[in-house]
Amino acid sequence: MSVLAARSADAKRAEDTGAESVSFQVAALLAVDPVGLAGLVLRGPADPRRDEWLDSFRKLLPTGVPWRRVPLGIADSRLLGGLDLAASLSAGRPIAQPGLLAEADGGMIILPMAERVESQMIARIAAVLDSGVLCVAREGITMARATRFGVVALDEGASEEEQVTEALSDRLAFQLSFEPIGLKRALPSRPTRAEIEAARRRLSQVQVPADLPQAFCAAALALGILSLRAPVFALRCARAAAALAGRTQVTGEDAALAAQLILAPRARQLPEAPAQEQEQPPEQQQEPSNSDTEQQQDQPSLEDLVLAAAQASLPAGLLAGLGVAARQMARQAAASGRSGMMRRSAQRGRPIGARPAAWRAGLRLALVETLRVAAPWQEYRRREKPHHAALVHIRREDVRIRRYKQNSETTTIFLVDASGSAALHRLAEAKGAVELLLADCYVRRDRVAVIAFRGRGAEVLLEPTHSLVRAKRSLAALPGGGGTPLAAGIAAGYAMAEASRKRGQTPVIVALTDGRANVTRDGMGGRATAESEALDTARLFKASGFAALLIDTAPRPQPFSRDLASAMGARYVPLPFADAARMSAAVRHAARAPASGP
Amino acid sequence: MDGALSSFRPAIRAGQDGQASRRTAPRPASETGGRLAAVPTRSAYPFSAIVGQQEMKRALMIAAVDPSIGGVLVFGDRGTGKSTAVRSLAALLPEMAVVAGCPFACDPAAPQVSCSHCGNLAKGKKPEKRMVPVPVVDLPLGTTEDRLAGALDIERALAQGVKAFEPGLLAAAHRGFLYIDEVNLLEDHLVDLLLDVAASGENVVEREGISLRHPARFVLIGSGNPEEGELRPQLLDRFGLSVEVSTPTDLASRVEVVCRRDAYDRDAPGFMKHWAKDEARTRETILAGRKRLSSVTLPLGTIEQAATLCMALGTDGLRGELTLVRAARALAALEGDLEVGTAHLRSVAASALRHRLRRNPLDETVATTRVEKALEDVFGP
Repeated sequence: MSVLAARSADAKRAEDTGAESVSFQVAALLAVDPVGLAGLVLRGPADPRRDEWLDSFRKLLPTGVPWRRVPLGIADSRLLGGLDLAASLSAGRPIAQPGLLAEADGGMIILPMAERVESQMIARIAAVLDSGVLCVAREGITMARATRFGVVALDEGASEEEQVTEALSDRLAFQLSFEPIGLKRALPSRPTRAEIEAARRRLSQVQVPADLPQAFCAAALALGILSLRAPVFALRCARAAAALAGRTQVTGEDAALAAQLILAPRARQLPEAPAQEQEQPPEQQQEPSNSDTEQQQDQPSLEDLVLAAAQASLPAGLLAGLGVAARQMARQAAASGRSGMMRRSAQRGRPIGARPAAWRAGLRLALVETLRVAAPWQEYRRREKPHHAALVHIRREDVRIRRYKQNSETTTIFLVDASGSAALHRLAEAKGAVELLLADCYVRRDRVAVIAFRGRGAEVLLEPTHSLVRAKRSLAALPGGGGTPLAAGIAAGYAMAEASRKRGQTPVIVALTDGRANVTRDGMGGRATAESEALDTARLFKASGFAALLIDTAPRPQPFSRDLASAMGARYVPLPFADAARMSAAVRHAARAPASGP
Repeated sequence: MDGALSSFRPAIRAGQDGQASRRTAPRPASETGGRLAAVPTRSAYPFSAIVGQQEMKRALMIAAVDPSIGGVLVFGDRGTGKSTAVRSLAALLPEMAVVAGCPFACDPAAPQVSCSHCGNLAKGKKPEKRMVPVPVVDLPLGTTEDRLAGALDIERALAQGVKAFEPGLLAAAHRGFLYIDEVNLLEDHLVDLLLDVAASGENVVEREGISLRHPARFVLIGSGNPEEGELRPQLLDRFGLSVEVSTPTDLASRVEVVCRRDAYDRDAPGFMKHWAKDEARTRETILAGRKRLSSVTLPLGTIEQAATLCMALGTDGLRGELTLVRAARALAALEGDLEVGTAHLRSVAASALRHRLRRNPLDETVATTRVEKALEDVFGP
């Protein structure tokens, strides 16, 4: 206990010296082992402080190391490699051009607006991070070559829900977050590039205490971190710290630093209370205790030390609202691909092959396909026009253009009234109805989202996802009870619909309510105000022309619900008459005919 | 053309090499000594050193013993060593004999009539043999159709006016394994192509004046994280076995995973050496299993049991029974048994059937639980 307290006091003091120093510490550690530690998520708005950090980090890397920015929406041909158009045409034979990932080998890639990067692209980068091999099979190139780089993901998400997908953040050792402060400070003069170089050379000789892996694993478990990458990164971080400090042996100090930098930001739960801890460790420590019992008795065990260090630097928000944290994490996981920018134009998007077409400005030429079509005719054409200097004769009819996937994906947003009155009036049945509709969405491969409103406000239970199992789970866990903040619910639904439209999807809102609005947007009671507010909010829907469907779950259809549907521009379907088939037909209809009246 | 046989063709174009070195920034001298230097492709993490994940390892070994089972799908949490396991499998596979000079790696014992090379061989003439490693071909995300199916070799067409076919990944994977990481993120038009080829065992190319077919039989291995999206039911059905992996939650195995991973990262050659014996043993198990496979008998009673189980679960079609029985037989062969028994059926039932249950996409009871319950109903606890 006293050990724990002492350690946390220590860590507190360290914290007081400023988050600033931590961020430069991270830069130094990452510079020592960029490949092993894989990189970091840098959260915060684009501001001078962030640039300053990037600058100072870059200065720590050896000169001339590749440093490549990967713009959002980069085409595969640039990311992975493809044909070099100019070179191929001038040489008269296909010449490949390496992609950005290949170019970044041995250096770093920078991902701006990482929270909006498509999961497809994350998967491409993750594959290289995992295997150390860049595999490409596209447009005339087939290759696999060793490629190692670190990633700096710049997460500029404004809200809690907008975050880098876990598919990426889990693979990067560090997570740093910057508050927007514009002050220019003196950069720390240490460590210098030469010191980093020395640390790099030392890195391979650094030894770790035998029980350190166990300590990290136990601490990670206690903090609810499931991914095994966390303890692996912690180990590498401790090594880098030791190397940086000029040692070849990892000490408790290095271990504590690793716990603070790697484990704490990933924590999902608070470790169990010390009282219980006394029961637990004996089991966990049985194996190591054989070898170094004595050492453990008079010294704080490495495990306690690591855990205390991690605990001391848990973000304050986590301690305050742990209940929320779990849900946020789940949401964050669901967010993979969610923040991806959806594109729908003839120029961008996921290519799905090529087709013949007259080429005009704005279309993208499918070079390989075009050359393939032209190839068989070359001899003939050369004979036909012997004085033509062109190496490759390409005619208009050869031209193939890229086809892109038009993103007409539908996001069905379920707006579920979970208030006490609705619960009374068969919330269970409403849930059942939603499940039937979900099955329908599954067939159509829609995205689904669930928003529930009850008590004082609305809550997004599930961000738009393809995973129906998650939708189902979030519904099943939905408790009923409390007032009916109808206006807040509709507003939340509207916000989400607007967001998904911005991403190029077609939102369809399915609202299930008994229409008994009795909580205003401020969370106050009062039926009249609540109802008029609900109607006002509903008009937003109509104005933006979202397809909507209102299912009245009251045992007897309510006139207010009908009015509400009409204000929303939604189809009105009273549940008593709606069997499963009719309801799913209604949703399908709503999706087809936006803004249809009741 | 022999290049098509190796799993990876490093920088196939001379032009690409020159291009690459010209375009990338010059390497700083410090890189060569430091950690940033590009490591040559390391030997894959040894299969035998993977901690736990028995079901996944067993399924992969079964597929190695009997490729006709139809592939393995590995779905589960991040960082559970899914792709590590698949990549390490390659090192365990024995070499195979191919017709020398055949671009599609035909089996000398049974050259394919549909193969453009072997179909033209003089009748009765014994083709020359060559031993090559079993290909394990990666299908990376971002692959274009021409690279997957093969297409007109533009270089030869442009330079020499020759209409030559350049085989794609499907040809390279013939008689071996085709591995798709993040299979649920694979573009739809590639999935269509894969489904067609996997069903017919033949790749039909009709494009740019090329009209050709070649055999393409491969074991499909897919891995992914279900949270990133669902898999198309048709594709799901193509996989013979499906395994679910999760991060171990007990401290001892977690520590073991971290320690082994660390040891491998620190000193890969030393780690490989340390595990060489176990790897050799696993390789021998697979080899012995292959040899034994044809002599393993399948009692009628076991077939009936398999059918009863599938009926109880209401699996679609006959593929469930077939895969279940084959997987049980391969397992028996692996374990050195000469007769397929109930125990074998039980061990593989979840892998063979969990993805074939008539799917109510919203059914909360996990498929595995349903299979286990049916097993108890049919065979008793």
